[in-house]
Amino acid sequence: MINIALPKGRLGERVYAAFEKAGFACPSIKENNRKLIFENAESGVRYFWVKPSDVSIYVERGAADIGVCGKDILEEYAPDVYELLDLKTGVCRMAVAAKKGFYDDGERTLKVATKFVRVAKRFYAQKGRDIDVIKLNGSIEIAPILGLSDVIVDIVETGTTLKENDLEVVETVFPISARLIANKAAFKFNTAEIERLLAGVKKLLEETGDSL
Amino acid sequence: MSETVLKKEEQVAFALRSLYKKYGYLPYKMSKFEAYDLYASNKDFLVGDGVITFTDTDGKLLALKPDVTLSIIKNGSDDGAKQKVYYNENVYRISGETKQFKELMQVGLECIGDIGVYDIYETLVLACASLAEISDDFVLDISHLGVLSGVLDEVGAGEAFNRAALRLVAEKNEHELQTLCAAYSVAQANTEKLLTLVRSYGDANAVLNALAPVCEEGKAAEAYAELKTLCGLLQKGGYADKIRLDFSVVNDMKYYNGIVFKGFIDGVFKSVLSGGRYDRLMARMKRKTGAIGFAVYLDLLEGFQRQRSAYDLDTLVLYDGNTSLEELIRAVDGAVAAGETVRADKAQGKLRVKKLVDLTTGGRK
Repeated sequence: MINIALPKGRLGERVYAAFEKAGFACPSIKENNRKLIFENAESGVRYFWVKPSDVSIYVERGAADIGVCGKDILEEYAPDVYELLDLKTGVCRMAVAAKKGFYDDGERTLKVATKFVRVAKRFYAQKGRDIDVIKLNGSIEIAPILGLSDVIVDIVETGTTLKENDLEVVETVFPISARLIANKAAFKFNTAEIERLLAGVKKLLEETGDSL
Repeated sequence: MSETVLKKEEQVAFALRSLYKKYGYLPYKMSKFEAYDLYASNKDFLVGDGVITFTDTDGKLLALKPDVTLSIIKNGSDDGAKQKVYYNENVYRISGETKQFKELMQVGLECIGDIGVYDIYETLVLACASLAEISDDFVLDISHLGVLSGVLDEVGAGEAFNRAALRLVAEKNEHELQTLCAAYSVAQANTEKLLTLVRSYGDANAVLNALAPVCEEGKAAEAYAELKTLCGLLQKGGYADKIRLDFSVVNDMKYYNGIVFKGFIDGVFKSVLSGGRYDRLMARMKRKTGAIGFAVYLDLLEGFQRQRSAYDLDTLVLYDGNTSLEELIRAVDGAVAAGETVRADKAQGKLRVKKLVDLTTGGRK
């Protein structure tokens, strides 16, 4: 039996559909109820829905053997897991954005608002830029408008929210997509099962031209 | 008796000490406090964890022992004889993740001196035997940093590339390794070599075959030969189905070189054993010889295969002021003689007991 942690929401549903096609079906997951754990003894699989940012914790601590989460989470928390496959879905990017026309003259400490504190610190440390990180939990875009910060480091999908708030992307930190991750110990003892899933999903990616 | 009283981690600690002793390793006892300097200069050796520090009465900065290996190296001498020691110590660290203090029970061994193939073989056998003491369902992942650094030398893309590539190899992250190679304009043949290191894992013979074309010359070829010899010996030694080759075992190259390994137990979420050859750490600490060793993290076994008992005690003897002492003593002694766990008390409280012997006035009625 392999335990799979999926992120709640559209991304998780899309990934489940791919796993189903790869031979890891669990019909009960489609029933409309409030259950959180779904099992199919026949295909030897147990799925559960968790908060997207918690997937890596479930996998790292072995409650799930494998899971699917965004590269943003992996970069922020750096869990000790295997990153086995880029699922090429949920594509977006981590970017620095600021009010239109903002120019960083480097003369004073840069105020950075973000949910991704470690990502922001690492990015500016590599540049040797002194920053003041302001940790926010949501609506990051409002920070530069109200003068709380100079820039934000956040996930940008289409850029519509930024545009509507008179903000623009200054630079890309790294590209993001959903990744298939595995617990290192679980991988040793379920190698064949995990490889079978991997091969199935890889084939699907090839057939669909990278769109799950 | 020992099985019911000792916890799993204590049973294992016991068995491991006797195992290492059998192979001629001597016990090493370290003091609880060490000068902080020792750890400050080799901080990364503790893999992301911090050191708990305080000042002594002279104002000197001390550390609550966070590790045993560094202390063993510091206190040893290069007098020619090999130093073979084992330890069983609690170490204290600040968790890199939660920033909380934590206590870890470690058992391990170190072999310091002129390290030859036999010493490496013996260390690997003892690593396997240590895992077997915990459970039959174990695997020992073995890697050789010589193979990795040999291939990276051939690529020759510089320090920053090597650091990033090693991290990706450790993650089995093929897709980003390809992107990284493209960004550094690494030749296709060398990219393939790196990818082979990620893709080849598992059965030793299969991996050695896949690796042969990757390790044809230089440092990688030497390392490959050593790896092959050791795998052959371990297979003959009865560990064929337990050892796997896996280059995702990437210990810090600042300290380690040569063979590195990690042990996994089915049912424990992370590696319970970790070790390798650390000549580089020796050199950093001004020692002239080589060294190899490993540690077993017994704290991870807490809860492993533990069966929650339905009872706290076999028998509870309830008594009050009217119970005759002779009768009470007879009841307790009788239960002890019958091999039961027994307690005499005036109330049951929340205790879960199999059998209740009520000698109170109410009970007699």
